[in-house]
Amino acid sequence: MSARSLFDRIWDSHLVESPDDGRPSVIYIDLHLIHEVTTPQAFSVLRERGLPVRRPDRTLGTLDHSTPTLPRNADGSRAYLDAATLAQVTQLERNCVEFGIALRGWDSPDRGIVHVMAPELGRTQPGMTIVCGDSHTSTHGAFGALAFGIGTTEVGHVLATQCLLQRKPKTLAVTIDGALAPGVSAKDLTLHVVGTLGVDGGSGHVIEFRGSTVRALSMEQRMTLCNMSIEMGARAGMVSPDATTVEWLRGRSEAPQGEAFDAAATRWLALASDPDAAFDREVRIDATRIVPTVTWGTDPGKTVAIDGHLPGVRDAATRKALDYMRLREGQQIAGEPVDVVFVGSCTNSRLSDLRDAAAVLRGRKVSPRVRMLVVPGSERVKREAEAEGLHEVFLAAGAQWREPGCSMCIGMNGDIARPGELVVSTSNRNFEGRQGKGVRTVLASPATAAASAVAGAIVDHRTLTATGQAA
Amino acid sequence: MNPVRTVRSRSVALAIDNIDTDQIIPARFLTTTTRAGLGRHAFNDWRWRADGTPEPGFVLNQPQAEGAAILVAGRNFGCGSSREHAPWALLDAGFQAVISSAIADIFRNNALKNGLLALVIDEVAHAELLAHPGERLLIDVASETITRENGRQVRFTLDPFVRQCLLDGIDELGYLSQRAELIDRYEARA
Ligand code: SF4
Repeated sequence: MSARSLFDRIWDSHLVESPDDGRPSVIYIDLHLIHEVTTPQAFSVLRERGLPVRRPDRTLGTLDHSTPTLPRNADGSRAYLDAATLAQVTQLERNCVEFGIALRGWDSPDRGIVHVMAPELGRTQPGMTIVCGDSHTSTHGAFGALAFGIGTTEVGHVLATQCLLQRKPKTLAVTIDGALAPGVSAKDLTLHVVGTLGVDGGSGHVIEFRGSTVRALSMEQRMTLCNMSIEMGARAGMVSPDATTVEWLRGRSEAPQGEAFDAAATRWLALASDPDAAFDREVRIDATRIVPTVTWGTDPGKTVAIDGHLPGVRDAATRKALDYMRLREGQQIAGEPVDVVFVGSCTNSRLSDLRDAAAVLRGRKVSPRVRMLVVPGSERVKREAEAEGLHEVFLAAGAQWREPGCSMCIGMNGDIARPGELVVSTSNRNFEGRQGKGVRTVLASPATAAASAVAGAIVDHRTLTATGQAA
Repeated sequence: MNPVRTVRSRSVALAIDNIDTDQIIPARFLTTTTRAGLGRHAFNDWRWRADGTPEPGFVLNQPQAEGAAILVAGRNFGCGSSREHAPWALLDAGFQAVISSAIADIFRNNALKNGLLALVIDEVAHAELLAHPGERLLIDVASETITRENGRQVRFTLDPFVRQCLLDGIDELGYLSQRAELIDRYEARA
């Protein structure tokens, strides 16, 4: 039998029908994650057609995008932005009751950003097909799952049939080798990879990230990397399961337990790509040369090393991005004044990310010109961070410590900046207006974000921690 | 779904690469629980000033855009999020087709499932169409051609199944539901 990749194995084992007459394949979905934004119209279709949800047990809901991150109002009500956000959340609560779906809602100790919560619970497992009406579903690929975002029509398909019509995508191996330099995080690596491939460099492909650098990453770091696969236009991103994957899942409440776990672990490890598996394309990246990296433009592919200079104007797109960002061609990115810092989102809101930010902030103060929000990815992250006293570090530095949710990553709940403000953000998208109309977003790692909050300007966190204010 | 066989309209051009879903429909308009009424917010932040008046410099606010149902856009249109609100907004704003030299996967998929023709053409033809905004185009799904005002034809390719769904108005949910027995069998052996 010829060598096979992780993707080949998952694809083949999930085919419900694979016609040879030109029709697409029908693939089975093991886990369907749902949230309030991309589901109401899908439930409406089910209702119109009198269809039940085929597998409520394979469907899991949470509330994350439209939810307030501020504490309750004085009268005990939740601090929703407006009637529409409240109505949207209420609609998902009702839909879950009506269709018998488990919702990790306001009353759950598990509630969180969908791509933070499902892995924490152990619901995300190697070998699964996972979908959600959300493009960053690629995050779950870190576990060796085939995980991708779908639109609302397809949410309806999965609710009703647990299946999707799919064409087999192509595969792309992104092989990353070498040790990351001290002070260089998975987010820097990720931004470097997106900058190298470009915003459509993965189009039509499922990426497998592999190589010695990837093997050395923790699960949290692998999630950061896979999270931004969609920023290269890829269908999905994945990492072959290994001992790191297995140990991370051991003991999670919704993973198999005891002997069943050991049996599952054996199956999971066998899914890994064969060393000589074939891919349609391969890109190689040398990790040793990567330095802290940020974006300067209005798409995530426009990246620059923290000690680097912006490009010259080559085309209209560069001109447009520079104008929107109010930056000049050839200028240094470091030193650019900062108004707001956001640490959060499904890219960087896990405990390890908060630790990175806190390590920089400990004993330091956020610059008086900067507002800083720290938003944990889930109730669990919040509890664990508080148990370590991280919230005290943030509060002592002058940052805000919020309730879990997507928050400023997308700004649907009202957590936005003002027109013209520059936000250093640990999220994944720097599109025009993503964090509020006219707002300028610079994507960065938690350490870079925290250091920039202290400096009041974009800064190389390595210089701050080496020579800055005494910790 | 209603069948979509031909679209005949003038074009309007947005010659910007990587137009992302946040430009097509900003996130603050996603708090709706229906599909209706999103058209006003298509390209909202390019189209409307803070005081709600139209931005005169934006091409969709100019007279030549009036009634144009075919949008010719820069490369990698629709990148970013999976929000189906993007094609819903374009349809509600009166568009029936989007043409580019590259269209992001999820957007294209979402668009075609809603009968919005998301068509990819080669770069030379794409540059030609971008250079001639306002020309009358005829899109024919069955023959996979766009006929230009000068009579020249540009080819596009659709997934054969998707093309059949468009031509016959086949509803994919219905198609999948008919496969219940196969799905039962898969679940029994998995
Ligand atoms: S944190 Fe941002 S990218 Fe992640 S699911 Fe929420 S809105 Fe989407």
